[in-house]
Amino acid sequence: MDLRFNDEERAFRQEVREFIAANLPNETRERMAAGRTPTKAMVVQWQRALNAKGWAVPHWPVEHGGTGWSAIKRFILSEEMQQWPAPSPLGFNCAMVGPVICAFGTEAQKQRFLPRMKNLDDWWAQGFSEPGAGSDLASLKCASKREGEFFIVNGQKTWTTLAQHADWIFVLVRSNPAAAKPQEGISFLLVDLASPGITVRPIITIDGAHEVNEVFFDDVKVPVENLVGTENKGWDCAKFLLSNERTGQARVGASKERIRRLKRIAAEAPGGATPMLQNPRFRDKLTEVEAQLKALEMTTLRVLANENKRLAEGKPDPASSVLKIRGTEIQQAISELFVEAAGPYGLVGADPELDRWNEPELAPEWATMAQPTYFNWRKQSIYGGSNEIQRNIMAKAFLGL
Amino acid sequence: MDFDFSEEQRMLADSLGKLISDRYGFENRKAYAKQPEGWSREIWAAYAEMGILGLPFSEEDGGFGGGAVETMIVAEALGGALGLEPWFATVVLGGGFLRHGADAAMRQALVPLVAEGSLLLAFAHTEPNARFDLHHVETTATRDGDGWVLRGRKGVVLHGDVAGKMFVTARTAGGPRDEAGIGVFLVDAGAAGLTRRGYATSDGLRAAEITLDGVRAEAVLGNPAGGLPLVRRVVEDAIAALASEAVGAMDASLKLTLEYMRTRKQFGRAIGAFQSLQHRAADMMVSLEQARSMAMYAAMMTDEPDAGERARAMHAVKLQMGRFSKFVGQQAIQLHGGIGMTMEYAVGHYFKRLTTIDTQFGDAEHHLSALAEAGGLFEAA
Repeated sequence: MDLRFNDEERAFRQEVREFIAANLPNETRERMAAGRTPTKAMVVQWQRALNAKGWAVPHWPVEHGGTGWSAIKRFILSEEMQQWPAPSPLGFNCAMVGPVICAFGTEAQKQRFLPRMKNLDDWWAQGFSEPGAGSDLASLKCASKREGEFFIVNGQKTWTTLAQHADWIFVLVRSNPAAAKPQEGISFLLVDLASPGITVRPIITIDGAHEVNEVFFDDVKVPVENLVGTENKGWDCAKFLLSNERTGQARVGASKERIRRLKRIAAEAPGGATPMLQNPRFRDKLTEVEAQLKALEMTTLRVLANENKRLAEGKPDPASSVLKIRGTEIQQAISELFVEAAGPYGLVGADPELDRWNEPELAPEWATMAQPTYFNWRKQSIYGGSNEIQRNIMAKAFLGL
Repeated sequence: MDFDFSEEQRMLADSLGKLISDRYGFENRKAYAKQPEGWSREIWAAYAEMGILGLPFSEEDGGFGGGAVETMIVAEALGGALGLEPWFATVVLGGGFLRHGADAAMRQALVPLVAEGSLLLAFAHTEPNARFDLHHVETTATRDGDGWVLRGRKGVVLHGDVAGKMFVTARTAGGPRDEAGIGVFLVDAGAAGLTRRGYATSDGLRAAEITLDGVRAEAVLGNPAGGLPLVRRVVEDAIAALASEAVGAMDASLKLTLEYMRTRKQFGRAIGAFQSLQHRAADMMVSLEQARSMAMYAAMMTDEPDAGERARAMHAVKLQMGRFSKFVGQQAIQLHGGIGMTMEYAVGHYFKRLTTIDTQFGDAEHHLSALAEAGGLFEAA
């Protein structure tokens, strides 16, 4: 047992820092450091830079562009990007549908989609949730009917993140309504968003941002070659995808970056008689979160270091739900501390959709973004399997209840 | 980075685990607690035979060359067993002074006695007015020829009732709360002028109040006015060991609770079928896993050469362990209902042990303040 990063890992961290410094435009960093989401162009530029370096999809199988790195090395890359901050490789492409195609896709699908996915030539969206299928995902209704060489898809998906940027969407559809169990009649389809019959409608969230959408399917024709895996066995793909999703949600690097920034800000932000950082109530809350983040970081490393053994046993790690729960709780707690630090100027309503709304400056950018970020991050304990669903999983799968 | 135990570490965990499951069940423990000293000399001899007592000392001093990971393994096992024996006082605290502060002659004289189980040690430091501040020392040490004479009172000295020798802090210069002017002295428990009154602590272990009335010290460890860094170092090791002990106790509390939830029936079904209770158990597991991570972090950081970084790490560890211990302990009682309230059942004893661990060497609030004052864990950007 040696819990320190070894020389190779430390050298790699340095290499990552140098690569980011040389390839990430300052504009992207500044925008993200202010708490705003990067533009589509920024995300694309960065992922192409990563892809050119061979680092866009380190966890994929080597034959499809993975690097064969240890989980710890992959963690270092993603942590450094989060800490910079730099955009992460697009999760829908790299963490979700990509690995599903690697594991379940046909040779033709791999050839056709994976290279474009890595390079963000195609932006993918996730079509899982529906108005009537949230935590109970298997109750989804969006239907497909086989007609010759096509599936005809009808129905609705919702909470489709960044579908306004997307070229393709992967969807779970009910392909056999007569199946004995809801999980048994589901298929996993790849759908070109330019297909006739698709409508994407924005949903504006409480922070004022256009991040999520509704997607309507009206007699959309999907070629049968876009079925992933076996017809009616799409739930296997979905489970595989969701278990991959969880470890990424700890976002330790992102929380470190936010805490470091908050400490700089709070050292100057007015806090009455002293700056906020010297206000004992604020300072103690911040310190408590720092200690919690250290525990989360160590737990993340434990899960990652255990990954090979776990995969060999074919079992999920009980700690992965812990990461989701604690990772999101900590991010939310930090977002509350930003609101507290901003004080009255947190009332200035930022418009996350407009680039120059704060010129000339009404209040520091970070202060105006504090409340929108806080509002937006309430989503974290809801998405990816709500934190209550995670507790259900733990009770059933690991606690024997 | 590698989280796996070595083959030898696994063997240590297995053999200690076997000793405990064979001879340290909850009913055994009740019997040991009734023995005159409040713990079992037979178990102590078995620990000595297994090499547990000499484990963290270097081989040249008569030990077995174990490190922080070995201590973590032992502490977790003893935490799970609710061990009553003076392992922590003797091997971690007393042993800490031997390892970090004693000269070669003292180490070679005392380590073999500790390893064979014949010498018990204690750390006499806390004073009635000091609360958790390590630099608050009112006990005095004055020069007398080539030696030192100690006067003062030391409180809640863990296993101070049975220790053969003690490491005692006393002030050689300055005022009661000055960081400089503190010395660490080795004192024989039979020395003239030393009186002690032993008592049971709230977790069923033992401690003593020690009065020093002109007691001649056997030796001083290092600089008689510069002992505080040594005290801090030993306390940091102690915090790491307590963290693992707490993990053992939390793990056992959760296991008992889950077993109870699977078997206890109300409203016609096992209470573990109720979602509100399932979620509490899941939250206990969240705390336990985080605690486990923090105990590993603590073990790793005991070897950190930068004293400031090491101190901040241990503040974070003790803070978190206090929070997790309280949550897991309280929920374990709640989920058991009435039976959790009884002395005859184990879960309440884990709760009590977890509570006393939080109170030893600074509770969560103390370490939160200390960490905040030290600037937290992460640098401002």
